[in-house]
Amino acid sequence: MLSIQNLHANIDGKEILRGINLDVKPGEIHAIMGPNGAGKSTLASVLAGRADYEVTEGSVTFWGKDLLALAPEERAGEGLFLSFQYPVEIPGLSTTNFIKSAVNEVRKYRGQDALDAVSFLKLMKEKMALMNMDQVLLSRSLNEGFSGGEKKRNEIFQMAMLEPKLAILDETDSGLDIDAIRIVANGVNKLRNSENAVLAITHYQRLLDYIVPDFVHVLYQGRIVKSGTKELAYELEEKGYDFIKNEINIEEQV
Amino acid sequence: MDHINYIKEQFDQLQTAEAGSQLQAFRSKAFDTFNQLGVPTARNEEWRYTRIAPLFNNGFQLQENNLVLADVVTHRMPGHEKANELFFVNGRYSADLSKIISPSLQLALLEDALQGEHKELINTHLGHSAVYLRDGINALNNALVQGAVFIHVAKSAQVEHPVYIYNVTDGRNENVLSQPRSLFYLGVNAQLQIAETFITIGTQDSFTNKIMELVVEEDARLEYYIIQNDNAQSNLVSTTHIRHIGKSFSHGVTISLNGGIVRNNLNIVLEKAYCEAHLYGLYFQQGNSHIDNHTVVDNVSPNCYSNELYKGMMDGSSTGVFNGKIFVRQPAQKTNAFQSNKNVLLSNDASVNTKPQLEIFADDVKCSHGCTIGRLDEEGLFYLQSRGISEKVAKAMLLQSFVGDIVDKINIPAIRTHVEDLIAERLEYKVD
Amino acid sequence: MKTELEINPTNTQIELDPSLEEVVSGEYKYGFTTNIEADEAPKGLNENIIRFISAKKNEPEWMLEWRLKAYQQWLKMKEPNWGNLQYPPIDFQDIIYYSAPKQKITIDSLDDIDPELKRTFDKLGISLDEQKRLSGVAVDAVIDSVSIATTFKKELAEQGIIFCSISEAIQEHPELVRQYLSSVVPVTDNYFTALNSAVFTDGSFCYIPKGVRCPMELSTYFRINAENTGQFERTLIVAEAGSYVSYLEGCTAPIRDENQLHAAVVEIVALDDAEVKYSTVQNWYPGDKDGKGGIYNFVTKRGICKGNNSKISWTQVETGSAITWKYPSVILKGDNSVGEFYSVAVTNNYQQADTGTKMMHIGKNTKSRIVSKGISAGFSQNSYRGLVQVAKQASNARNFSQCDSMLLGDKCGAHTFPYIEVKNSTAQVEHEATTSKIGEDQLFYCNQRGIDTETAVALIINGFAKEVMNQLPMEFAVEAQKLLAISLEGSVG
Repeated sequence: MLSIQNLHANIDGKEILRGINLDVKPGEIHAIMGPNGAGKSTLASVLAGRADYEVTEGSVTFWGKDLLALAPEERAGEGLFLSFQYPVEIPGLSTTNFIKSAVNEVRKYRGQDALDAVSFLKLMKEKMALMNMDQVLLSRSLNEGFSGGEKKRNEIFQMAMLEPKLAILDETDSGLDIDAIRIVANGVNKLRNSENAVLAITHYQRLLDYIVPDFVHVLYQGRIVKSGTKELAYELEEKGYDFIKNEINIEEQV
Repeated sequence: MDHINYIKEQFDQLQTAEAGSQLQAFRSKAFDTFNQLGVPTARNEEWRYTRIAPLFNNGFQLQENNLVLADVVTHRMPGHEKANELFFVNGRYSADLSKIISPSLQLALLEDALQGEHKELINTHLGHSAVYLRDGINALNNALVQGAVFIHVAKSAQVEHPVYIYNVTDGRNENVLSQPRSLFYLGVNAQLQIAETFITIGTQDSFTNKIMELVVEEDARLEYYIIQNDNAQSNLVSTTHIRHIGKSFSHGVTISLNGGIVRNNLNIVLEKAYCEAHLYGLYFQQGNSHIDNHTVVDNVSPNCYSNELYKGMMDGSSTGVFNGKIFVRQPAQKTNAFQSNKNVLLSNDASVNTKPQLEIFADDVKCSHGCTIGRLDEEGLFYLQSRGISEKVAKAMLLQSFVGDIVDKINIPAIRTHVEDLIAERLEYKVD
Repeated sequence: MKTELEINPTNTQIELDPSLEEVVSGEYKYGFTTNIEADEAPKGLNENIIRFISAKKNEPEWMLEWRLKAYQQWLKMKEPNWGNLQYPPIDFQDIIYYSAPKQKITIDSLDDIDPELKRTFDKLGISLDEQKRLSGVAVDAVIDSVSIATTFKKELAEQGIIFCSISEAIQEHPELVRQYLSSVVPVTDNYFTALNSAVFTDGSFCYIPKGVRCPMELSTYFRINAENTGQFERTLIVAEAGSYVSYLEGCTAPIRDENQLHAAVVEIVALDDAEVKYSTVQNWYPGDKDGKGGIYNFVTKRGICKGNNSKISWTQVETGSAITWKYPSVILKGDNSVGEFYSVAVTNNYQQADTGTKMMHIGKNTKSRIVSKGISAGFSQNSYRGLVQVAKQASNARNFSQCDSMLLGDKCGAHTFPYIEVKNSTAQVEHEATTSKIGEDQLFYCNQRGIDTETAVALIINGFAKEVMNQLPMEFAVEAQKLLAISLEGSVG
């Protein structure tokens, strides 16, 4: 569904992504790992269409469409979901109201009728049960005063409501304790099926104990330098990123 | 003779006496402004709550310096042994009384400095406060400027000893108008601490109209402390105008404990990116005193930070005014500006007028202001009393805690202790 | 005796350009003009014009004298200039001070209304017929200078409630009008109140008798239609002891290149235990993208909580007008009285707003609450100016003010001028203000969830303004939310 070819991207004139190649098929879970500053979050941002980044080379297709030509909301409409590393707070805007707008805007994009209040509530109740989501949280202002865990759970709840085809989890585990990670990961796993896919970006292997990847890619200096199965994640955890760095440096010297 | 005519006469005399002075044109221009605007009345929005025009019926005179060290010695501030001391008597710098102990501090009379290497610098910055204070009172100081000094702090000089400034008015025989004037320049990476106070000797009415202008260069660091605890016959307009012309830092505390009508103008102009300014104030008034703090923080460039906290306690029939303005100009994106004014009314005859003002033209900023007016926390008072503490002591303890965070911002230990003592004396209670 | 002016009034026809209407409908959707013959006074202001207005309205002698006196006082006054506003001088001799749809309408038979006029109201979303009766809102509609129709009079009269045009009240209830007119806003309060007193042509009068809770929302729609016309309406609301009324006001005007003046006066009197809730959705034409045209909205609104335990609450949503100068105020005279002010002011393009409130605490244990939300976009300037005054005898006064500004774009300005004057040590006054913007981060987050930028802005703005919107009666709140979105269209992104 997602095909990334030789993707290069800049921010403020500085090249962060230097030729990424990646294919994701329905039903797959890919993990992207790498040290700080490798370009992991940049990749997520570029895929979702954040304005600060400039794509200088390469292409991204999503279900055959040129993803890079689409506005962020159109990408969402196509079924791409980004779980933010730092979910944004919007004081005064209730979470429910926000999600309702999002669901109906996405439906509109897909040529579906807007959900009426009753059907929306029904859908929400259903997903709340699935995610163990607290009603109180949903009536509060969007992410305002939420704890780190609450914010991330809210991200996954929105994912449940929007039913994306590709979910990008940008360091969804960062700052969470092990219980919170388990809750969030459970949510992600419940939403998995053979039609959708997950791209999990993380610095640590521990998230991958709960969201088990089919493929693990190591991102370093803006490139995927190594790909493998979930064993690679363990190797990384054990040896640290230095061993990758050393491998790369040796290769470059050769 | 009314004050307008008196001032005209004095102006003419001064210009004749100092014919050929570099300051002729500067004075003339200001004199025209004064003639046009006069002494501000309540009709001027900036002077809505502070009425100084009637004071000018008191027939204030300009007077030469006629004091000797013995007259002022008891008024010196603690720590003066290890401080540079500048005395202005009746508005004019007194070299006899003053002492400079830090070699990196260069001081000259303004007229002389205008003949020297810093001429350009002085011409650029002298009178810049008039851009922000378009009123007759600012013009009056400019029009009659004499006995003013220029202080130059050399590049990278870390002035070890603070500069104490005494603005002394001799009110033993006549009603005197004092107009102290100074221009400070802090060179690149220089550091300076200033502590300033106001003293009226005698029981006649006085009117001090001070202007201190400070220019702060890249990486320089300025600290200034203004202590006001003069008698009830002394009236004061104190203007402190700080230009941050490079990425630099300033930190100031204004303490007002007593006086007649006191008006403080404090302007902070943040002209370069990443400047940082901290402004603190405490006013604790009694009797019929009137205190007015007008502050301006002007964010001209992006990424500056300012934090302002003023606290007031009003007793007796005193009146307090706080007018804090924050301007954020269009290029000043990413400005962080905070302002808070908290007042406690201790008497039924005291009053407070406060006007915190935000004027914002840039969209990516974080600004907030808040103000409160109220009584002493009754629940707290009761709590202390219920533990056996007398009402008087309990009150003093609560007030001490209210002002404590402001006094703590004074980084010259001798001055901080001095202020703590003055407050303890007022409260008749001292925290051990 | 008829004046010469009356015998020979100027008739004007206003042409409607259909293509223009289509073009602007997305932006200012109330910008149509109505093709109604108008009965107008010539331009300019002098004693004869005032006599003409008074004669047109068949006013008693005392009213004419009152007007003439106001006019004499106005001549001696100066136009205020302390607001944070900039506009060219107004030529008060270039304004038509009286314009009425020519057709006479008998107020009880709505069927006889000119069909053009009826269509006007349909476009405004006000129907004067059965449909509206079901929704239970009594409406007084004022076009240009005169009241066109008031609905529900009979039903209200059964409870002793008087709801009619002020002209009618002067005829039918002179004792009430004489007692309360200018009792809250003195004729010489300011330049525009003196002008209004001299030339006001219509407005609403509302009287709620003792102990009566008005069973429905009372509402007035104001519309300026004729060209070069000033609208000077006068509204007076009197709530007797123990009564309650909720009053709504809506305003629109056609699109015109030149500026038009609207200088209204609203007075509210609340006696012991009475409560008055006054809501405004002000959507006068704001001028075009380049700042051309638009209404000058110079309005004085003030209520007095005269009785103990009384309450006056102002809620306003201000999206229109080229210039707004308006400070709905409450004099808290009665002990335990309560004043409230909830405001959302939106400025876009070259609009300027200088608005806020005055809360004057005089009685004991009085409370006031101010919530002001300013939203600036385009090249506009949005100022909050408020005064909280606690008099020496006003023990235990409480005030809380919250003034938040939001900026969209970096060419506009937000200004906050709160004046707080406290002369009593038992007072508790708190003021808070913040400034924020709609951040790129917030917009991207919404975009990522499939919400386009315009919708996202509307969502965020409505969240920002929610506290005020919640104060509006239901049917007004929906309209007001839409207005906010329309006013800010195209200002972000």
